[in-house]
Amino acid sequence: MGKPDNKTAASSGYSSWREIPAVPVSVPCKGSIGATGEWRTFRPVLDAEVCIKCGICYLYCPDGVMIYKEGSIPEINYTYCKGCGICVAVCPKEALKMVREKQ
Amino acid sequence: MKNEQGKEQTIIMSGNYAAAWGAKCSRVNVVSAYPITPQTTVVEKLSEFVDKKELDANYIRVESEHSVMAALVGSSMTGARSFSATSGQGLLYMTEMLHWVSSSRLPVVATIASRGIAPPWNIWADYTDILSIRDCGWIIQFASTHQEIFDSILMAYKIAENPEINLPYFIVYGGFIQSHTSKPVRIPSQKIIDDFLPPPPKAGWDHINLNPDNPITHGNLVMPEQEYLDFRFLIQDAMVKSKEKIKKTIQGFNTEFGRDYKGLVELYCCEDADVVVIAYGALAEQNKIAVDQLRAKGQKVGSLKLRYIRPFPTDELLELFNGVVEVIGVVDRGTAFGNPTGGPISTEVMSLLCRARRKVKSLPCIWGIGGRNVTVEDQIGLYEKLLRIKNKNEYPTDETCQHGTVWMGLKIGA
Ligand code: SF4
Ligand code: SF4
Repeated sequence: MGKPDNKTAASSGYSSWREIPAVPVSVPCKGSIGATGEWRTFRPVLDAEVCIKCGICYLYCPDGVMIYKEGSIPEINYTYCKGCGICVAVCPKEALKMVREKQ
Repeated sequence: MKNEQGKEQTIIMSGNYAAAWGAKCSRVNVVSAYPITPQTTVVEKLSEFVDKKELDANYIRVESEHSVMAALVGSSMTGARSFSATSGQGLLYMTEMLHWVSSSRLPVVATIASRGIAPPWNIWADYTDILSIRDCGWIIQFASTHQEIFDSILMAYKIAENPEINLPYFIVYGGFIQSHTSKPVRIPSQKIIDDFLPPPPKAGWDHINLNPDNPITHGNLVMPEQEYLDFRFLIQDAMVKSKEKIKKTIQGFNTEFGRDYKGLVELYCCEDADVVVIAYGALAEQNKIAVDQLRAKGQKVGSLKLRYIRPFPTDELLELFNGVVEVIGVVDRGTAFGNPTGGPISTEVMSLLCRARRKVKSLPCIWGIGGRNVTVEDQIGLYEKLLRIKNKNEYPTDETCQHGTVWMGLKIGA
């Protein structure tokens, strides 16, 4: 039985079935499924004037692409933000809104 | 009754209790359970063992069979020895999770007290439940005596947990006749059992190491040009390779405990037999009596019991076909509607006939559906049909033979 390795899913690159582990297992790494930012139709845009730095958007983001430290305004990593809009839905101050991506 | 170190003891118990005792003596770490007739007393007995602190296991009660198996996916992924039991509709309800267990290569063991599938409701012996999920990637073994139920669980963990196999394992027996009748079962001393079946091995289980300090993701998305195909092949490869491990484990068990379960099949009077009935489960055991009675009258008949259907005993069957047998009867206690014979295993056995070096004639049969009684006389009747094929090339034409298959006991009027 092969050991799990830290190859990303997008580039497993095994040449023989004899080398592969019995089950696909991945270890945490950045963007294991690729640049999910490409999936976006709408992007969340943050209005720093309105934001109260509560961090709720950071807690709810399913992909962990919000960069936030207590007392700071969150930043969004658009390479991986998939545009689901959950942060917009949970923001208590309507400091976030979804804006259609340009072509 | 405690049996921590002590001597071997013989206890009169039901088939279901033999299953519970098998799990207890295997020192399972986790039991997940949902009641369903006729399995229920297996998990009831286990809850009693846990309650009385005779078994040190986590007992997880859930709201459905689907959740039973889901819970065992989690427990087995931590390396815990995991067990459950189910029947009929319950097994069908857990089908999706059965794939999660086998495709995650988790060595869960479960016993099935087989029953007919509804509607109409039926709770008696009929293997259509297990036969409908036969291609889920689980090893499937039939146990035709109470002692075999108990013994099989000890062997099952040893086989399933082998790092080269890592496949889940079903032990199957008939509802009510086997699950609820009582017979003496020999329970060996726990010390000898522990020597035979140590705790699950640590090495070679890298995929089963859920550990917060070393997080991993299971069940990932695998793209068509990546290794999805290869992962599926590895399951088939492990199935085929498990045959040798099964035979070795049976031999090792015999050395340790003095009970010989032969292998993937058990042959009875087949060496010189012109006519052989191939069957599985307790009725295959009873079939030996029919053989004895016909042998006493000078008929050269034999019986082959399929102990395993997954992995399939291909080599053993081809050896039979390449020997002296002229006619085989292949019997299912279960249905597969619309397949070539109407019975799942007869179709599979007969598919091997084209790989035999000789011509062997065959007759598929379905018996005992929904707990319908099958007597030794009925079994002799099947041999008589097969002998007529052998002696006169006459296939049955009576009304119980429909679409090329004998439906034993089909109501056909006076
Ligand atoms: S849109 Fe979705 S993925 Fe992007 S930051 Fe908001 S919650 Fe996260
Ligand atoms: S939830 Fe809204 S207010 Fe709170 S930190 Fe996020 S953007 Fe700011």
